[in-house]
Amino acid sequence: MNEVISNADFLDIINIIKLQYGYDFTGYAQASIKRRLLRFMGHMQLNSAFELKYRLVNDQDLFSRLIQYVTVNVTEMFRDPGFYKSLREQVLPKLAAYPNIKIWHAGCSTGEEVFSMAILLQEAGLLSRTKIYATDLNPANLERASAGILPLDNMKDFTQNYIQSGGLTDFSNYYTARYDNVLIKKELRQHIAFFQHNLVTDKVFNEFQLICCRNVFIYFNRELQNSVLQLFFDSLSSRGYLAMGIKETMRFADLQGKFEVVHAHNKIYRRKE
Amino acid sequence: MNSKFDVITIGGSAGSLLVLTELLDALPAGLTVPVIIVLHRLRNVQSEMGRLLSTNRRIVEPEDKEPVREHGVYLAPQNYHLMVEADRTFMLDYSELVNYSRPSIDMTFSSVAEVYGARTLGILLSGANKDGAAGLCQIINAGGRGVVQDPQTAAFEAMPQSAIEMCGGVEVLSIDNIKKIIIGET
Repeated sequence: MNEVISNADFLDIINIIKLQYGYDFTGYAQASIKRRLLRFMGHMQLNSAFELKYRLVNDQDLFSRLIQYVTVNVTEMFRDPGFYKSLREQVLPKLAAYPNIKIWHAGCSTGEEVFSMAILLQEAGLLSRTKIYATDLNPANLERASAGILPLDNMKDFTQNYIQSGGLTDFSNYYTARYDNVLIKKELRQHIAFFQHNLVTDKVFNEFQLICCRNVFIYFNRELQNSVLQLFFDSLSSRGYLAMGIKETMRFADLQGKFEVVHAHNKIYRRKE
Repeated sequence: MNSKFDVITIGGSAGSLLVLTELLDALPAGLTVPVIIVLHRLRNVQSEMGRLLSTNRRIVEPEDKEPVREHGVYLAPQNYHLMVEADRTFMLDYSELVNYSRPSIDMTFSSVAEVYGARTLGILLSGANKDGAAGLCQIINAGGRGVVQDPQTAAFEAMPQSAIEMCGGVEVLSIDNIKKIIIGET
């Protein structure tokens, strides 16, 4: 981990990935992606940036593994319980006014936060008329998310989070445990569609009353943040909600004037007319 | 007040809270150099750490893309790694634990070393694992100054001791002498 990738090599690598595989990492925050590339090189025992470039050009499988490494696939159920409490108290009652509710989880990783949302909706009596569109750029994540299977080890922490978020029932009602895994109940999952969408290159595909995109913006530079924010603005219905990660902020974004703050600490915003 | 450094970054874990408070209390009011602190802490509980540490200086948990400002005293937020980008703005990262930790001291030290190089002062305090050792060595390799709390005075010696063993050039100092470096006397 003591090595660094020169800027020229970094740009080459990003370019090869873009031209050959169609994934555009140009607008990603460099400190993080450079570190993850180095980590990948260490893991694959690639000794130089040259070797990585050479292999990328010639080896499709290497790229599939690189995507696994470079994208961040860390997530939790009910991460930041206070955020979910705000959703319950301030957002869901407003969504209840719509006959059909559409929600977009952008950058859903392996689905933990999407399942959390489904639970909230269930407890608010809204799930039956809601469709959740959950997207990620990493196909392996989507495959795992669609299966609805999570490691049992994590459930203790998740249960704590759920209780702190104001959960109304016994958390174990929402899954079936078997051996080392749990399966999220089908009645929660049947309202969720998982599919691939790349925030950098793909466009508006529907109109939503709520978009959740948490801890995704931190990996983007300001320019890319601005363009994805525009995509979200265009994808929200008038007065639709946008939820970001609690350390993400609109303070430095060009479009901040087009959103009003619903909850400053939990980073819930609302599209102005 | 001028400093030999453009940034001071401090890492600590078990047993570091009191010494850290002591160091922060010693910061002269006129010191402009930003201070970036990484402490190992619990991940999903409400924390009053900023207030707990805070002295005469306001301690801020930075948000993503916030610029590193003069006079700023920053604390890595719970459950995120904290890094600095080349344009001297903060970047938060929610990736895997590093050395069983998020925030990881290594992650912060390493990115600070890359951006501030020889103008960095890195300080590693008491702790029970080796997080921060590799990062402190990167600061030293980049020409910066790397200091550890004397393991003999640390409540948990593993963290400073790991840095001493990992690379040459680590200065082993008492808290009083670390204060002197901060205020520019030595």
